[in-house]
Amino acid sequence: MQIFTCPFCGPRDEREFHFAAEAGKTRPDTTGEVSAETWATYLHAQRNDKGRTREVWMHLPCAELFLMERDSVTMEVFSTQSLRKAPQ
Amino acid sequence: MTRYSALSLFREGLRGHKGWSQAWRSPKPKPEYDAIVIGGGGHGLATAYYLAKNHKITNVAVLEKGWLGGGNTGRNTTVIRSNYFYPESAALYDFGVKLYEGLSRDLNYNVMFSQRGMIVTAHSDHDMEMAARQTNAMRLNGVDAELLDRDQVLKRIPLANTRPDCRHPIHGGVLQPRAGTGRHDAVAWGFARAADTRGVDIIQNCEVTGVITEAGRCVGVETSLGPIRAGVLGAATAGHSSVIASMAGIDLPITSYALQAFVSEPLKPVMDTVWLAPPFGTYFSQSDKGGLVIGGGLDRVPSYGQRGNLPMQETVLAGLAEMVPALAKVKLLRHWAGIVDVTPDSSPIIGPSGLNGLYLNCGWGTGGFKSIPAGGWLLAHLMATGAHHDLSRPFDLARFPTGHLIDEGAASCIAH
Repeated sequence: MQIFTCPFCGPRDEREFHFAAEAGKTRPDTTGEVSAETWATYLHAQRNDKGRTREVWMHLPCAELFLMERDSVTMEVFSTQSLRKAPQ
Repeated sequence: MTRYSALSLFREGLRGHKGWSQAWRSPKPKPEYDAIVIGGGGHGLATAYYLAKNHKITNVAVLEKGWLGGGNTGRNTTVIRSNYFYPESAALYDFGVKLYEGLSRDLNYNVMFSQRGMIVTAHSDHDMEMAARQTNAMRLNGVDAELLDRDQVLKRIPLANTRPDCRHPIHGGVLQPRAGTGRHDAVAWGFARAADTRGVDIIQNCEVTGVITEAGRCVGVETSLGPIRAGVLGAATAGHSSVIASMAGIDLPITSYALQAFVSEPLKPVMDTVWLAPPFGTYFSQSDKGGLVIGGGLDRVPSYGQRGNLPMQETVLAGLAEMVPALAKVKLLRHWAGIVDVTPDSSPIIGPSGLNGLYLNCGWGTGGFKSIPAGGWLLAHLMATGAHHDLSRPFDLARFPTGHLIDEGAASCIAH
């Protein structure tokens, strides 16, 4: 059983975590016209990196989304960090 | 090359099996080919075979980074079926089953396709309504299907759990009689031998490290054995399709996951069909050697590590123990994982890649083995003619921007 570290709750069992998405995607600006190709790329295209990856995960018990850097071949986790920003 | 037959087997039996010739050559790569197929698994080897057989293109190389069939072709649960819901899928997968039906004769290699049937069980009244809908859809699409009641299922699977406290009692199921299992290695080896006989160069231990483009067209690949040029290229690299595509500057709608499978110690014959129980996502059959071949759903973590994780192992095997409590104490012999290429709609991607001269056959996810002859046939058609076969057109990458997804994961309620 692998242990992931939630930035809020600390080290926990991998079954408490859910892979959400690859990190770094930006939602198209919907104030303007968005082409079908742009939407399809945003929705479906994946980098699907072999090796070092940056991903958004959720820790289900606390429901916080966070950033996890890990290796998709060795499963080694390099870092986890909160995605929270200071209130504006 | 020796043609395999009962007579040649008998003759070699008398001669101490010293007269068999090698099944395929191991040539050095030429600097240029008419066509290159990336990936020496089932789909890649089938593509090369059908390029030679259907389109008379024999100056072909298959480039494999490891050994033949060492990826998912050697890591699956060997189930061959076409119990899909949508017309496009039924046509595609049933084409694969029909090619499998004649494959041993076509390749002169026994792929041991055993049409022992596959049952997807239903576990409530509502499941039975969905099972009837599935049966009707399959029949409308010209695929054989029978709706079974509880007694008919238990007659086919006497092992099934009938305890009064059973978590998911069986109400019935959908049977596809023509489904079954094959011998996975034999499929790769049979296609390799038949393609080699027709002049295809199969080059193992040759990893593609980059694509060569000139004037916006893919004209070859960089490999661990040096650059090799080609008139047209096709990639059939399953879980590593994103890696090849990224060399061409393309992001595919694919996420790679590990899919685990298990085989038990050999048992006396206890199971003569394939059974999938959707509440558990677990399915199993029994191999000719007696081992139970057990599979289930995807691991929960995107992965390129060809090994599974424990939570899914527990889920699959707990499912088996509930489906057949008598098997709870059976010991596992081996356990492995392959890297599968999962698309948003659980349907494959067959078509132009977006880079001229490079075609794709990928995205089969958890259902690649049963589609090997179909995938090879259709990729060969694309590479030879530059145009879609009618069966592959709906599976073009264009379905993502247009929204014409073929959402089989949701439609047929089966593990993908």
